[in-house]
Amino acid sequence: RYYEYMFGHSRWRRRGRRPLAARAEPELLQLQVVIEAGDPGCDRHPHLASSEAYHLTVTEPVAVLKAPEVWGALRGLETFSQLVHEDDYGSFLVNESEINDFPRFAHRGVLLDTSRHYLPLKSILTNLDAMAFNKFNVLHWHIVDDQSFPYQSIYFPELSDKGAYSSNLIYTPTDVRLVIEYARLRGIRVIPEFDTPGHTQSWGKGQKDLLTPCYNEGQPTGSFGPVNPVWNTTYDFMTKFFKEISSVFPDEFIHLGGDEVDFNCWKSNPEVKEFMKKQGFGIDYAKLESYYIQNLLDIVSSYNKGQMVWQEVFDHKAQLKPDTVVQVWMENNYAFELSRVTGAGLTAVLSAPWYLDYISYGQDWKKYYSVEPLNFLGSEKQKKLVIGGEACLWGEFVDATNLTPRLWPRASAVGERLWSSSNVTNLEDAYKRLTNHRCRML
Amino acid sequence: AENEPSWDTPCTKLLVYVSTPGCDGYPSLDSKESYKLSVSKGSMLLSAETVWGALRGLETFSQLVGRDENGTYYINETEIVDFPRFPHRGLLLDTSRHYLPLRAILETLDVMAYNKFNVFHWHIVDDPSFPYESSTFPELSKQGAFNAMTHVYTASDVRTVIEYARLRGIRVIAEFDTPGHTLSWGPGAPGLLTPCYMGKALSGAYGPINPIVNSTYQFVTSLFQEVSTVFPDFFLHLGGDEVDFTCWKSNPEIRAFMKEMGFGEDYKKLESFYIQRLLDIVSSLGKGYIVWQEVFDNDVKLRPDTIIHVWKDNNMQYLKEMANVTRAGYRALLSAPWYLNRISYGQDWIEAYKVEPLSFEGSPKQKALVIGGEACMWGEYVDVTNLTPRLWPRGGAVAERLWSNETVRDVEDAYARLAAFRCTLLGRGVQAQPLYVGYCDHEFGGV
Repeated sequence: RYYEYMFGHSRWRRRGRRPLAARAEPELLQLQVVIEAGDPGCDRHPHLASSEAYHLTVTEPVAVLKAPEVWGALRGLETFSQLVHEDDYGSFLVNESEINDFPRFAHRGVLLDTSRHYLPLKSILTNLDAMAFNKFNVLHWHIVDDQSFPYQSIYFPELSDKGAYSSNLIYTPTDVRLVIEYARLRGIRVIPEFDTPGHTQSWGKGQKDLLTPCYNEGQPTGSFGPVNPVWNTTYDFMTKFFKEISSVFPDEFIHLGGDEVDFNCWKSNPEVKEFMKKQGFGIDYAKLESYYIQNLLDIVSSYNKGQMVWQEVFDHKAQLKPDTVVQVWMENNYAFELSRVTGAGLTAVLSAPWYLDYISYGQDWKKYYSVEPLNFLGSEKQKKLVIGGEACLWGEFVDATNLTPRLWPRASAVGERLWSSSNVTNLEDAYKRLTNHRCRML
Repeated sequence: AENEPSWDTPCTKLLVYVSTPGCDGYPSLDSKESYKLSVSKGSMLLSAETVWGALRGLETFSQLVGRDENGTYYINETEIVDFPRFPHRGLLLDTSRHYLPLRAILETLDVMAYNKFNVFHWHIVDDPSFPYESSTFPELSKQGAFNAMTHVYTASDVRTVIEYARLRGIRVIAEFDTPGHTLSWGPGAPGLLTPCYMGKALSGAYGPINPIVNSTYQFVTSLFQEVSTVFPDFFLHLGGDEVDFTCWKSNPEIRAFMKEMGFGEDYKKLESFYIQRLLDIVSSLGKGYIVWQEVFDNDVKLRPDTIIHVWKDNNMQYLKEMANVTRAGYRALLSAPWYLNRISYGQDWIEAYKVEPLSFEGSPKQKALVIGGEACMWGEYVDVTNLTPRLWPRGGAVAERLWSNETVRDVEDAYARLAAFRCTLLGRGVQAQPLYVGYCDHEFGGV
């Protein structure tokens, strides 16, 4: 596909070989790609510790792209393709170069939300391409939420049967496999998020007795709240459900959500109140939330998966495993939150300043570009615990009609901030390169 | 039984009756767009005074047709008498900050018709580029367009736009904004713009059109002679906004002229001097004109039939401006609260919908001078990659405010109708963005 990217859009549309007329300039005949590791990893999935470093030497007659693993080769191929340009006469040129490159942060992600609006496969795949052009390496797939449940589960088909917006607005197992493979070929990890116990209204449609029934003056109101943490059936369900998720999604991590849990419904439910008493939680419902989350984390750990959670899980003092990744998303004082999370010895991923769904008039890419993730009070050891960040495009006001122009090239600013060295901060220079890059993406 | 639908009498014909012929003419500010639609068992009749009303009625009719689960098309019995509240309901597109390919303009005209917009305000040239191919001054686009081969509107393109619009009852009002916003005119018209000075020496930069040389007025006369012929609408938009006086002040010849004319240090007087001559030129060509509000604010002597375009929106000051403009006896167009290019997070269509153009202090006579308004989609951050989702369905909120009765303002009801209309737009192949969470039966396939 890189051949197409470099030569396919030529104005001159020359296909096949040009006659080798005598030319004074040196000619580049070949790009050799060498992967150094004994096991290059071509048949495996990328992971957090994968090496994405590469060494690119462009000189005549043969350019060489060397990388320890195939993932670095992909990054180098992207760079090489950006170095090739066309002159006014239709010749393709590339400058002699020597590049030694590697990412600053290992986790460079984009969050897509397919619950607030269904996103057709084509839209997801196009954005995986765009992510690869920007060296992003994680697709955080916020696949289900309150509004709809498009994930077609094998063990629990009713979840999408009853919970999707409509029967054709779903992701079948084949669709999911396609996304994972398409991503893999671009060195992109797919981390699914099945957010609980809040953000689960749509789960209740297809799974009876999962959500907490809300009460008013002793009577059930007919509406439901977060997942019910007091019933054993809840954990039986989660055990089975996450067994499926663990096998469908090959990445070592699963995102378990845990954000914005509204306690009102729990507070109204007599069984829940009884449980709180029995457990000695008093009236601190954060303890109940943590009780649920801890059980969930244990279930998921038993499937040998690492866990990512939103910051509330940490803030509400749940007992987290040492390799749990905490995603910091609340804008207020996020630097302070990074200090606290890393201070507790946990790894962090930063999203707070990069909510790209918060559109505004003008060149807002500049403020995304100007973020310095490690600008918080902490030791060197702490700073190492920030493994990267994610640009989030929540879906309340986004679907396939406006996703691509809304995400790009604004997300590119985040992409550079997460890949490049911390001293690459000049806005004027970035503007020139970003406008060029935008034309290239077109 | 009485309440059974008569599926056995399918309606096959919509009779369209237009009392005043005029299919070959152009719509104008005075065109009557009223229509009557009668749908009953056995007959469907759309009648209007003019073909423009028939077009509006046809659009309404098309929105009333539904389809049931069996695939049968149906329409409810209905009696509609409809007419617009304001006669000027416009949309501004900016093809200078970014070139818009012809098909983007034509698609926009289609969607305007779905929304009963009836004026396309074509802000065709500005500082960044000059894409209009002039037959009198071909160098203007040759030197001023982003790319003279690929980013221009030929005479044929312009004719296509005008005719495509006409067939949808949409007037095309071209804006050639002067004396400011003219940097792209400079390369193709040497001597037109004011050369700026740094102290005693030329700085190399240029400012607004040079108002003190005769060549300027010769040029303007020839250009507007052409523009008046190319664009058939009675009105031209002459711009006149945001004139930066810095360059004029730096130029010694201009300073000398100011002294000669006794203008003192008041450069607004110089601006007026230019504008007045421009207005005279355009009038003598038999055209009416619309100008941005600065022209009124800066005390330029205007003809009584000038239309003032109110666009400045700082803290609802625009209502005061509407009052001032109409009190002085001029007709007014409102755009200030409808700058759709000013995007923000959330359902900003609601603010646009809630605007009440006549909620200023004034007599009924004054209020009658408000002929309508325009939604503006300035192009600094907009090109064909994001135009349609940014414009629709948000533009629909403005369209309804300008067509419907003042009493139609319930936001919840509007949401339900606009969200459904958005799905209709998707069905018609328009890449309109969502209002909020949800789905349409026919989702957009993705790009």
